Amino acid sequence: MSGHLDGNSLAGPLSGTFRFDPTVAVGLCDTCGDARPLAASPVYGSAMGQIVRCARCDSVLLTHVQTPAGTYLSTQGLTWLRFASEADPRVTS
Amino acid sequence: MARGTVRPLVVENTAAIRGDTVARPVATWLPATITAAVPLTERSRSLRLVVPGWRGNVPGQHVDIRLTAPDGYQAVRSYSLATSGPGEHIELAIDRLPDGEVSPYLVDVAEVGDKVEVRGPLGGWFVWRPGDPRPVQMIAGGSGVVPFVAMIRAREAAPAGNPFRLLYSVRSPAAAMYRDYLEHSPVGTTVNWIYTRNPPPGSSRPAGRLTSIDLDSHVIPVEQDPLTFVCGSTGFAERVSQMLIERGHPASMIRIERYGDSR
Ligand SMILES: Cc1cc2nc3c(=O)[nH]c(=O)nc-3n(C[C@H](O)[C@H](O)[C@H](O)COP(=O)(O)OP(=O)(O)OC[C@H]3O[C@@H](n4cnc5c(N)ncnc54)[C@H](O)[C@@H]3O)c2cc1C
Ligand SMILES: [Zn+2]
Repeated sequence: MSGHLDGNSLAGPLSGTFRFDPTVAVGLCDTCGDARPLAASPVYGSAMGQIVRCARCDSVLLTHVQTPAGTYLSTQGLTWLRFASEADPRVTS
Repeated sequence: MARGTVRPLVVENTAAIRGDTVARPVATWLPATITAAVPLTERSRSLRLVVPGWRGNVPGQHVDIRLTAPDGYQAVRSYSLATSGPGEHIELAIDRLPDGEVSPYLVDVAEVGDKVEVRGPLGGWFVWRPGDPRPVQMIAGGSGVVPFVAMIRAREAAPAGNPFRLLYSVRSPAAAMYRDYLEHSPVGTTVNWIYTRNPPPGSSRPAGRLTSIDLDSHVIPVEQDPLTFVCGSTGFAERVSQMLIERGHPASMIRIERYGDSR
């Protein structure tokens, strides 16, 4: 397992859970008030899923765990997550 | 694929794939076939794949690659796209980590005709959109150059445009991925090289890690409002982005992609 990555690496793993592109979604840290795209937040992976931390204060923002019983998404450390409203988040060329 | 101790990063799960695949095609695993494999350096090569159903991508995006062993064991890794635009053909470039699980397979074992699965295109943040008027500075460490090759190729295809600069840090000339392409001055892009171990004979800069002096000499200055992309191992990306911030580059104008690190 590699050391920490960033939110760019969430694009694939969260593509089945989110209907938007997680890399450009902006999260507001409930602990310190920092707001930035998930792409710019540190991400720690494990065999089960991903933990996104605040780049400024290191609080856990979001936990995404996939199990045979289903997908668990905890947004415990986020005041909000802002993402594009259109249903189709695809980046087109 | 050798069965390693590393578990797959993604555990496939019915909830994740039950979604509307028309609205969420990006979550779908597409079967792909390797059509070409070209050595780039002694430890890396490019792979071309045909992916039926691929809908094109913008420069800077990546894919997830899933390998399945005969016993059903699966491993997933992310790889940047070296190409962009429409069509069903894509190019990746993989650097072998000696103790890695997936990269040695992709560099040494996989053959033309072999099948893998591809999920993508992924990520809309670490991208360059043709037509963006800002000057672009790219800073790469090792295999972090791959998404920049897609951007430079797209910049070449654009009729006119903003200046591109690439600062590429590698151990030695022989370790540089896409060296032939980058040394032949792609239209619109200036390339500067940093050699960390073995510089070519006659170079004035001693071997060593990229420093703030290198940034001052080669990076588009802050006054020109560049969009600065940094890509490479996590340690490289952190160090370089820290130096950029210290030199006054606003964080909002720096895009970073971290590939991982040994710990
Ligand atoms: C968004 C994204 C895009 C990527 N694009 C590319 C690309 O275009 N080309 C490419 O070659 N790789 C790329 N990578 C890295 C790639 O996903 C794999 O991490 C890499 O190939 C190693 O996988 P492995 O299975 O061989 O090694 P693993 O078995 O996962 O790890 C083996 C050992 O190497 C360490 N390690 C893992 N990754 C790195 C790293 N990047 N640098 C140094 N040590 C590491 C681990 O900690 C471990 O000790 C990208 C990663 C991300 C997140
Ligand atoms: Zn915080």
